[in-house]
Amino acid sequence: MHKDDDEEIITLENISKIEGHGSLDIRIKDKKVKEVTLKITESKRFYTQAIRGKMALSLPVQTSRICGTCSIAHFTACSEAVENAIKYAISDQTMLLRKLAVYSMFIRDHALHLYLFSLPDYMGKDSVLDFDESQNDLIRKAFAIKAAGNNMSKVIAGRAVHMTYAEVGRFSKVPDAAEIRKTIDELKSVRDYVIDFTEIFYASDFKLERDTDFVSLVTSDYSFVDPGRIRDTRGADIDENRYKDFLDKVVIPYSEATGYSFEGREFMVGALARMNLNKENLHRDTRRDMAKYIAAFPSKNIYRNNLAQSIELLHSIDHSIEILESNAFAPETVPAPVVKEGNGVGVIEAPRGTLYYMVSIDKTGKVQYGSIIVPTQQNQICMERTVRDTVEQNIGKDKHAIEHEIEKMIRAYDPCMSCASHFLRINWHGI
Amino acid sequence: MAGKKLRIGWFSFTCCEDSTIVWVEMMNENYFKWKDLLDIRHARVLRKINDMAELDVAFVEGAITTESDAKKLIEIRNNSKVLVAIGSCACVAMPAGQRNTFDQETKKEIDFLVKRFRQTDKVRSLKEIVKVDDQVEGCPMDEAAFLRTLDKYLKQFGVVDA
Repeated sequence: MHKDDDEEIITLENISKIEGHGSLDIRIKDKKVKEVTLKITESKRFYTQAIRGKMALSLPVQTSRICGTCSIAHFTACSEAVENAIKYAISDQTMLLRKLAVYSMFIRDHALHLYLFSLPDYMGKDSVLDFDESQNDLIRKAFAIKAAGNNMSKVIAGRAVHMTYAEVGRFSKVPDAAEIRKTIDELKSVRDYVIDFTEIFYASDFKLERDTDFVSLVTSDYSFVDPGRIRDTRGADIDENRYKDFLDKVVIPYSEATGYSFEGREFMVGALARMNLNKENLHRDTRRDMAKYIAAFPSKNIYRNNLAQSIELLHSIDHSIEILESNAFAPETVPAPVVKEGNGVGVIEAPRGTLYYMVSIDKTGKVQYGSIIVPTQQNQICMERTVRDTVEQNIGKDKHAIEHEIEKMIRAYDPCMSCASHFLRINWHGI
Repeated sequence: MAGKKLRIGWFSFTCCEDSTIVWVEMMNENYFKWKDLLDIRHARVLRKINDMAELDVAFVEGAITTESDAKKLIEIRNNSKVLVAIGSCACVAMPAGQRNTFDQETKKEIDFLVKRFRQTDKVRSLKEIVKVDDQVEGCPMDEAAFLRTLDKYLKQFGVVDA
């Protein structure tokens, strides 16, 4: 922090408890915010160029390395795009396994964000590492929920990070009866814990409302793996294949990630957007046991993203239990995918929002061109403007208090900078 | 040796942070045990207030893409008795360093971005910049290999009986 004439400059470097690296510059003059620049500082890894010329059938293995925490989302959306390009229809069993893999990621990833990154904000602590012994029970329950998702990933997908059983068109291994029973029992054992935590996020008075556009994929079972429609809270209803007509690239010169607008406007994706647009499609058991919390939506309060994630966590458990209890899984022989020339789109909801893949494959089966749009890129403009709102709401407080409010708000967005560069260093100018 | 803890830091450079996620997932089973054995001094993924002074072991994930990151890595090295490279990007600079393998035409295409964000011409693994004492390979890191490495240094630093 330093003073430049009567201007105050604030620099916040290396925002903590998020995925990846980012920084923030804030310029204040006469107690008014003059400029806010949110920079994603995670170095670019040039995946757009790196995937060119690679064999399309192995593409998901490569692109899943864009992000450790939501690698299953990248693998799944990429597989869908490749399958659509070569016109390959997956079996009903593969679709179910894909939904289970994605749900296992939602359980583990939402639990990571809610309990390890955000919960300390609600408890007035810097870190879960600083929780005292009276909070050990809370920690035990948090890790039990996370473990249920992680273990389910291992059963369904081989492992939670960079899954090994999934391929374009199929899963190479299916879970056996004992593994399924164990998974169901573990999911049921943590269900009440999720409801207990939800009360903490619901009871919070954290509030920052933003009148933005919310955008989400809509599918009938809230799994977002089936083909669906892209909708927003202003009434847009778009076929997945036409997403490029609505999403516009916005180059942000100071950030290593490209931003996006939806029909020319800022917008927000993620759990809050999904709850605002899809809540009637939640699992019936979730709707029964979470009615009080679900009634909080639609909401414009950015902090309600945490409550939305908590509800989605229970939905992911409930729908997974139903799929596992009502289906028999057995090894199956499916036709091997045959590469051919074509273009394909894959759209799913990753934990942090809508994930778009487009691939163009040549007749030899190599990728000619690929385009990937991740949730944090889509939220970048909205997130930067919300930082400005946060600073304006807290102006006059000391620097550390403002920094804490900014980080808390940014964590509520649950950004993933590794994805976006394909979080936070704040540079204050004037406080 | 009662009460002695291993002073560790967990750092991340350019990568997908897959090994960080694996480490945090390993806490599902190990959190309370590690709380007794480890003094986690620096871990941006878990806390805001961090301190890298006088670490016994620094675990470092990711490849090095800028000179400022190279300087940070040297600072970590100077503050730690042992430095362990974690995961493929830290050990061999891949896949984060896939641009090292681009042809001249593709390198030319990305050149303005490499320059704008002050990336170095080549993406480097940790051992190309500092002395690396140990490494845990894998993409993400292998859990069993990490536990063996951690156990080795818990014994070496006298936190648990050899």
